Amino acid sequence: MTWRSPLALVRDALAGQRARERDLRSLVSNLPFENQKKTRQPNRYFSGNAIKTTKYTFLLFIPMNLYEQFHRWANIYFVGLAILNFVPVVNAFQPEVALIPILVILSLTALKDGWEDFRRYQSDRKINNTPCFIYSSKEKQFMKRRWKDVRVGDFVKVVCNEIIPADLLLLHISDPNGVCHVETANLDGETNLKQRRVVPGLCIMLPEFVPESFDSTVVCERPNNNLNHFICYVEKPDREKVGAGIESLLLRGCKVKNTQYAVGFVVYAGHETKSMLNNSGARYKRSKLERKLNTDVIFCVILLFTMCLIGAVGHSLWLQALPGVPPYLVPYSTGQLDSPALSGFYMFFTMIILLQILIPISLYVSIELVKISQIFFITNDIDLYDEGTDSRAQCKTLNITEDLGQIEYIFSDKTGTLTENKMVFRRCSIMGTEYPHKENAIRLAVLDEPDSEEEVIFDQPPRTPQTGWSLEAEDTNLEDARHHHGGRRKSKISLNADSSVAFSSPLETEVIPDRKLLQKISKTESSGRQQMDPYLDFFLALAICNTVVVSTATAQRQRVKRFSHCGQTSNPLDTLSNLVKKAGSFRHVFTFCNRNPVRKLSEDSVVEEDHFNPPVKMEETRDTDGIETCSLHAPSECNQSALTSDNLCYEAESPDEAALVYAAKAYGFTLMARTPDSVTVRLPSGKDLVFEVLDTLAFDFNRKRMSVLVRHPVTKEHVLYTKGADYAIMELLGTPYAEHLSGIQKNIAADTQYHLDCYAKDGLRTLCFTKKIVSDEVYESWSVKRRSALAAINDREELIMDTAVQLETKLSLLGATGIEDRLQESVPDTIVALREAGIQVWVLTGDKPETAVNISYACSLLKDEDLVINMSCKDKLTCTSILDCTLEEVRRYSQNPRNVDTTPDISLVIDGHTLAMALSSDLQDRFVDLAKRCRSVVCCRVTPLQKSDVVKVVQDKLKVMTLAVGDGANDVNMIQAADVGIGILGQEGMQAVMASDFAVSHFKHLKKLLLVHGHWCHTRLANMIIYFFYKNVAYVNMLFWYQFFCGFSGTTMIDYWLLIFFNLLFTSVPPIMFGIMDNDVSAEMLLGVPELYKTGQGAGEYKSSTFWVAILDAFYQSLVCFFIPYMAYWNSDVDLFTFGTPLNTISLFTILLHLSIEIKAWTWVHWLIMVGSVGLYFIVTVAYSAACITCNPPSNPYWILQRQMADPMFYLICIISTVVALLPRYTFHVLRNSINPTPLMQARHLDKLDPFSRDQWIKEWRSFRGGEQVKRFRLSAPSSPTLESPVDIYPPSFTTSDIVGDEMTLDVITESSQRSAHT
Amino acid sequence: MVKQKQETANQPDNTAFTQQRLPAWQPIISAGIVIPGFLIIGLAFIGIGVALFVTSQSIQVLEMDYTGVDKTSPCNRCTDPNVKSCLCQMDFSIDTLFKGPVFFYYGLSNYYQNFRKYGVSIDYNQLFGDLSYFTSPSEKCSPYQYDNNNNPIVPCGAMANSMFSDTFKLFQIVNGTNKEVPLDGKGIAWWTDSNIKYRNPSVTPLQMAFNNTVKPLLWANPAYQLDPADANNNGFINQDFLVWMRRAALPNFRKLYRRITSGDYTQGLPAGNYTLQIAYNYPVLSFGGRKTVVFSNVSWMGGKNDFLGIAYLVIGSMCIIMSIVMLIVYAKFRFSEEE
Repeated sequence: MTWRSPLALVRDALAGQRARERDLRSLVSNLPFENQKKTRQPNRYFSGNAIKTTKYTFLLFIPMNLYEQFHRWANIYFVGLAILNFVPVVNAFQPEVALIPILVILSLTALKDGWEDFRRYQSDRKINNTPCFIYSSKEKQFMKRRWKDVRVGDFVKVVCNEIIPADLLLLHISDPNGVCHVETANLDGETNLKQRRVVPGLCIMLPEFVPESFDSTVVCERPNNNLNHFICYVEKPDREKVGAGIESLLLRGCKVKNTQYAVGFVVYAGHETKSMLNNSGARYKRSKLERKLNTDVIFCVILLFTMCLIGAVGHSLWLQALPGVPPYLVPYSTGQLDSPALSGFYMFFTMIILLQILIPISLYVSIELVKISQIFFITNDIDLYDEGTDSRAQCKTLNITEDLGQIEYIFSDKTGTLTENKMVFRRCSIMGTEYPHKENAIRLAVLDEPDSEEEVIFDQPPRTPQTGWSLEAEDTNLEDARHHHGGRRKSKISLNADSSVAFSSPLETEVIPDRKLLQKISKTESSGRQQMDPYLDFFLALAICNTVVVSTATAQRQRVKRFSHCGQTSNPLDTLSNLVKKAGSFRHVFTFCNRNPVRKLSEDSVVEEDHFNPPVKMEETRDTDGIETCSLHAPSECNQSALTSDNLCYEAESPDEAALVYAAKAYGFTLMARTPDSVTVRLPSGKDLVFEVLDTLAFDFNRKRMSVLVRHPVTKEHVLYTKGADYAIMELLGTPYAEHLSGIQKNIAADTQYHLDCYAKDGLRTLCFTKKIVSDEVYESWSVKRRSALAAINDREELIMDTAVQLETKLSLLGATGIEDRLQESVPDTIVALREAGIQVWVLTGDKPETAVNISYACSLLKDEDLVINMSCKDKLTCTSILDCTLEEVRRYSQNPRNVDTTPDISLVIDGHTLAMALSSDLQDRFVDLAKRCRSVVCCRVTPLQKSDVVKVVQDKLKVMTLAVGDGANDVNMIQAADVGIGILGQEGMQAVMASDFAVSHFKHLKKLLLVHGHWCHTRLANMIIYFFYKNVAYVNMLFWYQFFCGFSGTTMIDYWLLIFFNLLFTSVPPIMFGIMDNDVSAEMLLGVPELYKTGQGAGEYKSSTFWVAILDAFYQSLVCFFIPYMAYWNSDVDLFTFGTPLNTISLFTILLHLSIEIKAWTWVHWLIMVGSVGLYFIVTVAYSAACITCNPPSNPYWILQRQMADPMFYLICIISTVVALLPRYTFHVLRNSINPTPLMQARHLDKLDPFSRDQWIKEWRSFRGGEQVKRFRLSAPSSPTLESPVDIYPPSFTTSDIVGDEMTLDVITESSQRSAHT
Repeated sequence: MVKQKQETANQPDNTAFTQQRLPAWQPIISAGIVIPGFLIIGLAFIGIGVALFVTSQSIQVLEMDYTGVDKTSPCNRCTDPNVKSCLCQMDFSIDTLFKGPVFFYYGLSNYYQNFRKYGVSIDYNQLFGDLSYFTSPSEKCSPYQYDNNNNPIVPCGAMANSMFSDTFKLFQIVNGTNKEVPLDGKGIAWWTDSNIKYRNPSVTPLQMAFNNTVKPLLWANPAYQLDPADANNNGFINQDFLVWMRRAALPNFRKLYRRITSGDYTQGLPAGNYTLQIAYNYPVLSFGGRKTVVFSNVSWMGGKNDFLGIAYLVIGSMCIIMSIVMLIVYAKFRFSEEE
């Protein structure tokens, strides 16, 4: 270390500051500077990779922790009091004694903080010392170093499955395609792989990467926490700029997959990495109860000041009233006495010290403890545990558990929340012809049946499986069918246990092709005009137009690659050796894969093969085949022999895509491989087509569609396949498909739209598929724009989207698909229960209105007899008038006395466009007013932002507690806007869960979470808080009353230590236990009678009246506790502390017995703690009185309790005071319970019955209420009831304002589908 | 098997505690259940109340104010602060036998011994007999720590300084002559006080320990000369001193002065005329106080106090009434309860 002038150091620090804060950073390789001093290093300003998440350092722990703790006003209050006590004129206690409470609290907190910090330190050290490989120019190779040695500008090598140490710009990987995948599970919990590619045009062409040769400058943006966004360009020495984005960035904490190794350039290290910037710890939300509590604490402060003021004024008046100087007034050493006014002023502060516990500081600590245990109980609830995913309920926000008991509005997402988000291909329409896939529907119905019914179904005539089989399988006999079903069931069960392969569970993978459609395809196949057939195009679009990653079904997720590229890009010798290696690894793949009994239906008869014992011979031939053919540069054959479609696994970002790819596969269009540059699809004929992918226009929420631009291998045309939501596509339709079919074309769009509407009414998710042939000139000009957009730094997203929109015009419609998303288990039950609990349930979905309405009916959100108001209007004017009319009508309707019993509930269905208008500031009030009167509200086609707007508007206008539940990224806004956000651990990644306060695995868990845990948490905490207020006021007031008899001089009749112990030891545990364990009503009862939940809504158990009643009761009790002993000892020779001892004892008994009136269920823990508290009081006091001879003046409690305990009067006074103090409350409880019991009390009565008669009662009560029966109704019932009896599903809804207009008679659908079935 | 274990690694424990299913006793307090409770409590309270009331009634109390505020009062002349060592006499008569043992109290009213700063003004270490505190008493005793000549005051502090200084002699007038009633001053203080809490320094003679100290300003005699009659009743373990140092809880209090247990008076004070000779030293008019003497006999419940007995009787009766109300309520609302 050389000496440097301080000036230089300052200059350097300033330069570093500037460099870090610049919007763009220029980074160069460290290698040329490796041997230079640190001050010469170009990247020295940027933070290193060592992380430090600890808050404190070892030496400075105490001051730093104290500083941290004094951010809490409670602690400052405490310390202020302690300091006040050191001022001689105002002190009430000995100064040292007053320090005890604050010291206890501070040291407990410090202990907890210290331990947590030590854990963080340990984990930091472990992380910082993790080995990694950094390139060293001295050694000319990658050297083993530790994570903390990584600096910005280094070259780091990461091998497969290794965790990435810093944010790396991907420069080179072993894979010649320049593509690898990362698993971001550590970062966001998403288990699907994300593709990453080498920065194009740099050094991928070299077989071996030489870091010294990297002479470019990397210019990147300032570090930020956006995981999905990164802007950077690499400037080569010749000033050529290459843009790179998030697709080239390997994030710290992720794992590299599908490549042997990757080399990256460190752009951000340590705390500047995106994963570290995203680490923002647990969130702090304040619950409703806590807000209320804080206002009541302010009341306590006012009360305290009033009492102190009374003390101060009383003292000075008392002094003034004295005729002379009595011997008990102690003057200063000068012989002077303070004037009465000044003494009164001092006395004010003395009183504050004396009555300090009126502010329930210990309450905050107790609440924290109670909440921790409530979270423990929630996360440990076995009913909220999902075996399938092995996940418990999670609590992300630690302090709003009691809010769960006060919810009034639930806003739910549909897909993945109400439904499973396991997509199943159901039907499709191609060129205006509907293919209903009846057989598939039957198969799904069979799968859906519970185990017990399985036999029954198979004993029926095997009509369905036979007709439903593919052409080749026409001769399958009953035995086979049964075998198939059995096999499927088995694999379904085994696969359900592992969520990571949920997409490839047999339910989605197996699609039984529609016979008519198969025939049609085989006809076109044979006819030979393969290039222009709409049916082929449709399935190609299905197979190509997506971002599905193809992998083999192995745990390693080895990506399937085409061998051809390697042969073309590198020298043959190298390739051959590579291939041998790869073939080896393939054998591994096969064996592994075959152990996994994934059954699929395909034209190959492999289906019936025994997968558990694959013939080894066959495998070997495949291997050798692979090597031979590849070395001969024969890509297509190589693929064919090396891979069977059976081993393919599709991993999609959205389950829809996977479902579509599987559907295409069922018709023989198998997606074989996908690289960034090409897609391989195997046609039914067995021929592989390799499409060159020119560009992928990714999906976004604005466009609602995605496209893939490919070059057709045969015709060499640029073909754009687009898929998207119907309304996003239908506007963009241009010329009908091909000219030679023009005769029929006119109707295609209309017919398809018609089918789409029918699908939607069946609750299916719809997608449209189009094709467009882009001419060479158009493509050339477009691709220039596209490239510049990709390289742009500013507004990159918008530019990219613009280019996408430019290309996606004049599309030709191919067809549409209907995908089913099935309802989750027990969703209707849950919704009915939640509604009975007085909670309004809204569904906010991006789906079409028809789909949403149908699902709503299915999940009992809408009822057949409901009055459904359908709002959908084009402009604001109509929207306003409709809103007004409807509101008027609804008001009139509900006011009409005749309608009280007969009124059908009103439900509102509104679409996103109308919603946007209704939420505008001038219509908000009317909309909320209308929605308030509706039983349920369904919002369709809403954007994520609108979802959160709805939540916010309802929250603001109605002042209600809201809960939002969702599973996907589009629900994040809503989840964060609501008072309580719940994430569903579903299929769509973890973003919703990360943003949520609680996470559960199924929608049905909400029932127990809210009705049971919510209720419990709320009642427990509310009762405990009220009790706490009561306790402190009751105890402190006793001291206050005494002031009237000691000249307001601040004397206590209880020893200071016992005074402090009273709160700290004797009465602290019982209320906490009360808050943790009290069970007012059993879980069964709460679930059986959801109406009980209503007790928590609104103010809930913690009302202002309850608070004031508790305070008044405390006043009364303290009066009793003080004045009965006062009267009993009046005019006697009792001394100060002998008088105080029964007071303290009476308080203890009163306070504990008061609690025992409130305790609803006594377990052994309760008994132990209550008896233990009394025991502790006597033991500690007796021991203290025996040991303390000259200590603690002036109280000197020596032998006082012992003498008292020998005196019968002590007991007689204690007994009568306690009884008188508690008699009113007890009588009140008795009378209320007998005369007008609360619903909760009635429930408790029922709880005492034995379980059987209780269930009986609940049942009777339900039927008596004519309760909302849960209609057992599934979307995917056997034999497709959606077509046969459509009225059941979409009943004629009386639309008061029927704007949608075209009421479609559903018989037409049946007819049309039958017609198409017959052709 | 191993695989299955892994799959459910996250499964919560299914125990009664974690699932909140601990067996519990769930009392529901309602009219029907509490009737016997109220009845039993009511009866028990009435019983206790009767016992207390009867006991309290049997206690005889004789209280006399001798402050001398009234012009007619024999002690009126002693209220003049200029009069030193004033003696006055109170005559009274007893109609029936005042059952013994008779306790002789002096009472003070409006005297705030519980005043906070007054209570603090004491040095327990000094009173424990620690000689080092004789030379330098605790700060807490200020301003009664040192006298004007900077000599340490022993015992220091406001409490010791303000010790009650009136003395009494009781005479029965038998045939016109005064027959002194023997007053027993032993054991009027707490045993723990005179034996454990307060100690004289182990210096003989006791006076040696008090060298270089001065007596409290208001005291007539130094601490080692408090009781000229009994050498063992001097210093800090003087019974009167100990009684005074035990601070009264309330501003109107009495403190035990003597007991009448010996001689002809073991059975109590017989009917007759008595005269009480008071050495009037203690001024109380500066704070509007009153001084009394109280003769009382005691029972197991201490001195006379009707309050507790009445309270028990009232509450007991209320409980009985309550149980009747509950009975009505129960009869009326029983059916709704069962629903």
